[in-house]
Amino acid sequence: MNLLIGSLTIGLIVSVLALGVYISFRIFNFPDLTCEGTVTLGAAVSAVLLLNGSGPTVAIVVAMLICALAGALTGVIHTRFKVNDLLAGILVMTALYSVNLHVMGGSNLPLAHTSGFANAAAHLGKAVFGGRETIELLGRSASVSDLSVLFAVLLIAACVCALLYAFFRTQLGLAMRATGDNSQMIRALGASDSGMQTMGLAISNALCGLSGALLAQYQGFADISMGIGSLVAGLASVILGEALVGSRKLGHLLVAAILGAILFRLLVAVALRVGLNPNDLKLITAAFVLIALVAPMLIRQWRKHKPRTGVRHA
Amino acid sequence: MLEIHDIHKTFNAGSSNEVRSLQGVTLSLDEGSFVIVLGTNGSGKSTLLNAVAGSFITDQGSIAIDGQDVTTWPEHRRARYIGRVFQNPFSGTAPNLTIAENLTLASRRGQSRGLGWALSGAHTALLREAVSTLGMGLELRMDNLIGSLSGGQRQALTLLMSTLVKPRLLLLDEHTAALDPKSADQVIRITDRVVTRDRLTTMMVTHSMAQAVSLGDRLIMMHRGRIIQDLSGAEKRRLRPEDLLARFEEVRRADLLDESAAELLRRRYI
Repeated sequence: MNLLIGSLTIGLIVSVLALGVYISFRIFNFPDLTCEGTVTLGAAVSAVLLLNGSGPTVAIVVAMLICALAGALTGVIHTRFKVNDLLAGILVMTALYSVNLHVMGGSNLPLAHTSGFANAAAHLGKAVFGGRETIELLGRSASVSDLSVLFAVLLIAACVCALLYAFFRTQLGLAMRATGDNSQMIRALGASDSGMQTMGLAISNALCGLSGALLAQYQGFADISMGIGSLVAGLASVILGEALVGSRKLGHLLVAAILGAILFRLLVAVALRVGLNPNDLKLITAAFVLIALVAPMLIRQWRKHKPRTGVRHA
Repeated sequence: MLEIHDIHKTFNAGSSNEVRSLQGVTLSLDEGSFVIVLGTNGSGKSTLLNAVAGSFITDQGSIAIDGQDVTTWPEHRRARYIGRVFQNPFSGTAPNLTIAENLTLASRRGQSRGLGWALSGAHTALLREAVSTLGMGLELRMDNLIGSLSGGQRQALTLLMSTLVKPRLLLLDEHTAALDPKSADQVIRITDRVVTRDRLTTMMVTHSMAQAVSLGDRLIMMHRGRIIQDLSGAEKRRLRPEDLLARFEEVRRADLLDESAAELLRRRYI
């Protein structure tokens, strides 16, 4: 039970990252590696603020703003200075590695004895359940504090999702979606596609930072290697979610990214439980994303070639 | 209305595939005039339209719309004056957005885009009414993704979108070239109707002699980055497709002569 709750919690935290990746990769068609740096940056900034006595909300909001700036920087490097999209992301990501080390003052920053959002949620949960440590859930005992944290994360992910859904239906948000779909058109309609893309990357990386900040507060430390592989993990979630939902509607796709992240996390938990070597995790994730990206093309080719080879052999 | 003065544009300057697309084009358009732009392949007619729209910044010369110098303005800033329809029917619409969403984007051309809802009930009703003027039945499919429509339908919608906010200048770049004859005919009829109704100042590039003689009140012919002929008034009205073909043939002969002369020189001196 605790394993399940833990997986769901991490899944929901990663789902915020998946929403960020959805924005950069699916809406803007921009493979944004900045997120590998901003996940850590979000964790680092919020950790340092917490250690200096800020509240968890302030820590998270400041972390998100700083990560948005990093995302906007990638956008400016790409749109203003015409640097290739992948390279622009890699440049900022690499620079952020040093920045993160400076922010944390080392490669790891423990958060013991500070009150992050997880502690706050746990306290609130205990108060609601009259101070009990565990409750019965589906016939098993579950820790009240773990459940409260799960609920808090669920609330955050739902809020982010709802806000994004609303935003992408405003004039500005719609123009952003159109930019990813057809940048020539949006220029002809009088909106700067560069500006839209930069703003979109800022939003995307703010979400990556939020995810990193939540993760640091949940697991009780910030670590320099937290962000590694986050783009691919986010992509895996987005792709899984799309396969689950099978719709092209905006609302469905946003929810799909969240569901995908949770499913992905559960699959990982099961695989680890069954005995998968944790060192192989990133290899398998990358292979999964590769297959998901390549398979549709291979299937198309196979379908096209099948009748022809039949004739040739006859 | 539109003042183009001596604009030049060379692509890939200094390299082996240098292309001198515009070599000193000067053109002045009156308010409400409908100009047909004709020319051989590579004559610079599309480049001229793109220069006006701001797809690139010209190397030399100036462009002014309504007395406002826009020579250094980026494309999206000029869009407040200019409506555009492209040759490729896929260029003017966003395939993964619905008809209503595409139209509402167009209804704010040249205005700021804020955090107000993109679509409201009353606004959608207005857009639906605009779509119904196309007579294609698309007003019943406002929530369909544009990607599911045919090229002709998408081009008709692009035309509607480019004129939803009345543009000071409408640029049509061979906008029927990629369509089947029936759709092309339909789009041309809509074009004629909209341009006449709103008295839009229009530049239209075309390859069709029939369109060139039947539409517009002025015709310019381009060749090798220059305007070689400019007909208007009675001259334009008297024009027949045969006259245009004859003129093209003349240009082609002159080109052949140039090439054979070059060949002669090459043989003699190299």
